[in-house]
Amino acid sequence: MSDFAWTIQVIYVLAASCFVLGLHLMNTPATARRGNQVSTAGMAVAIAATLATIAHDDLITTTGWIVMFAGALVGSVLGLYSARNVQMTAMPQLVSMFNAVGGGAAALVGIHDYMTAGAGVSATTSVTTLLDVIIGGVTFSGSIIAAGKLQSVITSAPVSFPGARLVNLLLAVIAVGVGGYLIASPSTGLLAVVIVAALVFGVSMVMPIGGADMPVVISLLNAFTGTAVAMAGFVIGNWAMIIAGALVGASGGILTKLMADAMNRSIRNIMLGGFGTGDTAAAIAGGPGGDVKSIAADDAAIQLAYASKVIIVPGYGLAAAQAQHEVAALAELLESRGVDVSYAIHPVAGRMPGHMNVLLAEANVPYPQLKEMDDVNPEFARTDVALVIGANDVTNPAARRPGTAISGMPILDVDQAKSIIVIKRSMGHGYAGIDNELYVDPKTSMYFADAKKALTDLASAVKTLVG
Amino acid sequence: MYPALLVDVAIFVLSLWVGFEVISKVPATLHTPLMSAANSIHGIVLAGAMLIAVTAHNTVGYVIAFLAAVFAAANVVGGYVVTGRMLKMFRRRPLAPTPAPGAVSANGSSPNGHRDSGRAA
Repeated sequence: MSDFAWTIQVIYVLAASCFVLGLHLMNTPATARRGNQVSTAGMAVAIAATLATIAHDDLITTTGWIVMFAGALVGSVLGLYSARNVQMTAMPQLVSMFNAVGGGAAALVGIHDYMTAGAGVSATTSVTTLLDVIIGGVTFSGSIIAAGKLQSVITSAPVSFPGARLVNLLLAVIAVGVGGYLIASPSTGLLAVVIVAALVFGVSMVMPIGGADMPVVISLLNAFTGTAVAMAGFVIGNWAMIIAGALVGASGGILTKLMADAMNRSIRNIMLGGFGTGDTAAAIAGGPGGDVKSIAADDAAIQLAYASKVIIVPGYGLAAAQAQHEVAALAELLESRGVDVSYAIHPVAGRMPGHMNVLLAEANVPYPQLKEMDDVNPEFARTDVALVIGANDVTNPAARRPGTAISGMPILDVDQAKSIIVIKRSMGHGYAGIDNELYVDPKTSMYFADAKKALTDLASAVKTLVG
Repeated sequence: MYPALLVDVAIFVLSLWVGFEVISKVPATLHTPLMSAANSIHGIVLAGAMLIAVTAHNTVGYVIAFLAAVFAAANVVGGYVVTGRMLKMFRRRPLAPTPAPGAVSANGSSPNGHRDSGRAA
């Protein structure tokens, strides 16, 4: 290895260190921005080193330079435009699209390498190449479908047909089987079969998964992308890609596990799919065993205004109604009256891990008010009013008993509060499809309305009644 | 080439452990920016996309290299910008003076308007 090549490898290791440090700085909101800057700097150095290598080796054609710069320019403009204009509620879609292009790029690197290396490729290289192509292909099409479901371009309800699992199994067998054969005897035509099988598998894997399971799916696809990039790193022998890919794979893996645990479901169970509701849960008629007390805006406003401690429990419904600004406005109003207001955030609130925190941060809620489940649960007993907005299963006390669909699922101890107001459109079920015992609790009042409208009405009622 | 592959595998496995160690400490509050940051980091695939432009010598090769560069560049640029945009919103204290509820909901429908209001306040 020449001195130049050594220097480049050292620079790659330096860049990778910046990535690790950047992730480490995300441990607190106060240092997170610096973390992103450190990571960006590492990336800039790695790209510069790659450019230097290409110029130094001088093997690239003029067309190659043009293609590279044109592609990078087009991609940068697209990335910059979508990043600057995306709404915070649409963040899961954007993250999913970045997963798609990352996985796609990794697959293309593998495909190109396979095609240029031809028959001369060694068995060990072709194993990583094929893994790269398969994982990258699955991530690419799967993430596009996930983004489509989140954007409601594709129905977020589970889409399946009889024998779907068999088809999935068959596709997986084709991709891996043909891939294995290709290691022994390389052929470009058969590589196309592997690519197509991987792409179709990505589609058929995500289609049967319901909208409510999306936090898990996005995390999993994130882990896939990381792994695909690491494999691409193996293919072209680039340490920075191996390290970065592994880091992302680890982060995706951890988040997948956290999300699945918080939803009380196994990853296998989610991937087999078939249930999980869409965005708009059907309003199922029929009351649970017990009387439901409903409340009007004025009464709810008085309860809130004269409370000394209020905990707001935002859920999927708040995100779907895009009511984060309205809830923040109500909270501010209550705080100006001296009410102690905080937010209890369940790990799966929103549409991707941590999504609710971003929505509330966008609505100008300071992050010390956003409390995680374990920190906030002991506080409910000292709370006058718990205001539940569009959250269902994560507040159901039935989870503490064995024998229900959500038994063992970690929940927010909302029922410990002195009184509870639930804003909800109807008595419809959450995604677990069971009655919420919280709603028939004598301490609970139901406020049936759309979250956005209810919160606006509450705020104006507080103003006029006690202003 | 087995020793080289072994080194690569060692790097991969150790990086996985470093990843688990570093990331399990990130609080749930920051999970979305974390995932977005991880997304920008896998944008390093841009280095790979650039390197395949070197070995491309026919039309198919150039098309693949071009597509890979578009994908990877969108990933890396978009990822870092959107992560930065999100993290900028995490504040310890609310901005003063606080906007009226009506004004906030009006801004909510337009992302640009909202960003500007944040900057102006």
